[in-house]
Amino acid sequence: MSLALMVVGGLYALFAPEPQTAQAQDEPALVREGAKVYNNTCISCHGANLDGVEGRGPSLIGIGEAAVYFQTSTGRMPMVRQEAQAARKPAKLSPAEIDAVGAFVQSHGGGLESPKESGEALRGDNEARGGELFRLNCASCHNFTGKGGALSSGKYAPPLAQSSEKQIYAAMLSGPQNMPKFSDRQLSPEEKKDIVTYIKSVNDGNNNPGGLALGGWGPASEGLIGWVVGIGAIVGMTLWIGSRAGHE
Amino acid sequence: MSELTTPTKGDPPLQKIVGQQADEADKRYFAAKGMRHQMNKVFPTHWSFLLGEIALYSFIILLLSGVYLTLFFDPSMEEVVYNGSYVGLQGMEMSRAFESTLEISFEVRGGLFIRQIHHWAALIFVAAMAVHLLRVFFTGAFRRPRELNWVLGALLLLMGMFEGFFGYSLPDDLLSGTGIRATLSGIVLSVPVMGTWTHWALFGGEFPGTEIIPRLYALHILIIPGIMLALIAVHLGLVWYQKHTQFPGVRRKETNVVGIRIMPVFALKGGAFFAVVTGVTVLMSGLFQINAVWQIGPYNTSQVSAGVWPDWYLAWADGILRIWPAWELYLGNYTIPPVFFAGAVGMPILFTILIAWPFIERKLSKDTAHHNLLQRPRDVPVRTGIGVMAIMFMVMLEISGFNDSIAYTFDISLNAMTWVGRIGILVVPPLSYYIAYRICLGLQRADRAVLEHGLETGIIKRLPHGEFIEVHQPLGPVDDHGHPLPLEYQGAPVPKKMNELGFAGTPVAGSWLTPDPVAETVALERARVGGHGNGAAAEVEAGNGHGATGTPNGEVTEAGEEVEAGTAPTER
Ligand code: HEC
Ligand code: HEC
Ligand code: HEM
Repeated sequence: MSLALMVVGGLYALFAPEPQTAQAQDEPALVREGAKVYNNTCISCHGANLDGVEGRGPSLIGIGEAAVYFQTSTGRMPMVRQEAQAARKPAKLSPAEIDAVGAFVQSHGGGLESPKESGEALRGDNEARGGELFRLNCASCHNFTGKGGALSSGKYAPPLAQSSEKQIYAAMLSGPQNMPKFSDRQLSPEEKKDIVTYIKSVNDGNNNPGGLALGGWGPASEGLIGWVVGIGAIVGMTLWIGSRAGHE
Repeated sequence: MSELTTPTKGDPPLQKIVGQQADEADKRYFAAKGMRHQMNKVFPTHWSFLLGEIALYSFIILLLSGVYLTLFFDPSMEEVVYNGSYVGLQGMEMSRAFESTLEISFEVRGGLFIRQIHHWAALIFVAAMAVHLLRVFFTGAFRRPRELNWVLGALLLLMGMFEGFFGYSLPDDLLSGTGIRATLSGIVLSVPVMGTWTHWALFGGEFPGTEIIPRLYALHILIIPGIMLALIAVHLGLVWYQKHTQFPGVRRKETNVVGIRIMPVFALKGGAFFAVVTGVTVLMSGLFQINAVWQIGPYNTSQVSAGVWPDWYLAWADGILRIWPAWELYLGNYTIPPVFFAGAVGMPILFTILIAWPFIERKLSKDTAHHNLLQRPRDVPVRTGIGVMAIMFMVMLEISGFNDSIAYTFDISLNAMTWVGRIGILVVPPLSYYIAYRICLGLQRADRAVLEHGLETGIIKRLPHGEFIEVHQPLGPVDDHGHPLPLEYQGAPVPKKMNELGFAGTPVAGSWLTPDPVAETVALERARVGGHGNGAAAEVEAGNGHGATGTPNGEVTEAGEEVEAGTAPTER
């Protein structure tokens, strides 16, 4: 079953027409699959006509496939319980189901679609420009290197280390929750790819020639280590010297 | 191995030459008497007296590593385009200061390592001063006649904080640039009337201008370290001149010092201890990355990141700014922003209390006597309580300074953390005062109980009429019924366990794995008991400015009686 879906999904990816003209009747099989997934897992909160359910979930009309890809591939949707912010979790839906429900939502009012490429293909070649754009557009919430940070009232910008290239890209396109959307007019596709490159270059242990990065928390972790390890070790030795002195 | 203490050879030739030279010099400059006097000085042994030395040694490490950095660092705010070896910034515009920091990190041999040594040593330096200060505070070592040295120490701590802050600002990265904007620029601007003018003078124009890094550089590498060096010299000179305080104990009086000789024992230990401090610092600098400026990026006024903090020694000041309510005051045409109260008023108040503590305490306690003996914290519950209260006050500010990282790490609302800081700073310090005060009284009672009734032995006895009692070991004489005569508390530690009276014997000498050869142990023991051991290693006692009297071959005679009788405490 899911194999068949994957084949269909793959075919869809290959032969998909231009996003803007994508209409429900052009890929009925995938959309019908998507409708099934939607009715099983999403309908209770987002409503039968995708127009949302008061107090449970917002309307998804015109939200676009990119948002669905981001929300479902990062495990945020289907949401388990109402909280300040849906957190990243292992994905509930399979890649094929994600494609299908994405096509289904896309067929209701269109919207931005996630890029067809994934992985390395989404990395630009100007890491330095990516860094500059990241500091300008993203660091205020996600911190210098994407370690994340607290926002007001229990909300937070998550760390970006675990996000795949495509998720980072889709996040910029769809602007989940408190994050602003970055349309292609604000950040061109090339600029988005440079940002992806930058995020990857300062995570996963890259570019730490100075030793252990201590979580990348700058003065917070450095101060803690300075006291616990530095002063701890030296005062420990002092006690030891002192105890030796006592025996003489 | 029993010839341990018997010289078997004549003096080696080198020693003879040096000895002869020294003798010739002495004939010309008459230095020996003074030198002997100085080298015979005695330093009391207690581990907490070494805390100040950690600060001294990390300061030396800072001077040495800092000089290396000056060879390559260029404090210029001129705009350049980066073409160095770090790919992630190639082609970026940045200041020359930031570029040269990248050069130090990636091109200069050992540069990154030295940068990391410099920064870790800075964190340890200020922390060591803080710990040293606590020792001095809780033992009352700042009381007359040592008030001046407390003031000098407090000034050193404050200057260390600002020296560190200026150094942290030099690389002109996005982290430190935000810091200068928020504090130096922000707090100065908040001052009514003067603020704008002062800001203009400091920065040579609008923020950030092109002047501030060169100016901080002059302060950081020349002016502040110069002043600190001078203050450290006076600080240590005073310890030397006024002599070290000591805890009360056997043979220890207001009028003497019991400890080890400066030369050679203390100097040797000092040298070893310097190696320890350097070793830990260097190890940390090799293992732990600190201030990775290449990941942070160059300073740019249009950018600001989440998770920006000063180094720990100024995070408390950031904490005040973060929890101070948004109260604004309008006076005619002038707005007084909340930053003014938190920064320009709050910080100086704390600095003043710190510097003036000996005088404040003297006012409160009316104790104007001369003190050379230290107090145990439990015997001064009010001061101890105030000290614990001050620590908790600073801890609450530190927590607030890092409140966003705490909120994020432990999944707490940032708004809640702000209120934790606001309420905590009002509630936690008084509460900790009360708890510390009660603990002190409890410890005092426990001491008094032992002095009155003796030590608990753990042996339970049943009396003929059926009552159970615990047998106590008296510490002193007993009366006709075998009850201990109450002893007076002398301010010294009171044993609390039988083992402290030697009931468990002494551990076998040796390393963790193998005992020392028996012959050696026996010989050493004999030497120790006979009082003819290596005098250098034994504790000696020195009186009022006489130094300890010792014979040239290292034997030590205690100077007790004569000294005690001959000199008034004030002359010590
Ligand atoms: C338990 C209720 C619940 C379920 C089930 C659920 N959602 Fe949601 N969804 C929400 C809520 C609430 C939001 C808005 C807050 C958020 O984004 O966390 C949301 C937001 C979204 C968004 C982002 C809307 C935007 O404005 O960007 C998408 C896309 C989405 N959901 C898709 C799905 C899909 C697809 C499913 C099924 C696989 C699903 N949701 C299941 C409650 C739910
Ligand atoms: C106003 C604050 C803000 C800004 C600016 C911002 N983000 Fe976000 N970002 C968020 C929040 C909040 C979330 C969490 C959304 C959620 O949980 O649904 C998020 C989530 C993400 C994720 C998903 C991480 C995961 O868990 O998989 C990525 C990737 C991301 N952001 C990238 C970016 C990039 C790239 C930029 C700059 C172009 C940026 N963000 C700018 C607030 C922000
Ligand atoms: C007295 C205590 C001192 C403290 C607390 C201190 C602290 C600091 C700190 C925290 C930095 C930032 C380092 C970084 O991460 O890049 C720094 C940089 C620097 N310091 Fe010091 N420092 C001290 C003394 C000195 C002295 C005496 C000199 C020189 C004679 C010096 C020269 C420098 C230079 C050139 C830099 C910039 C280079 C760079 O950041 O790579 N420092 N200092």
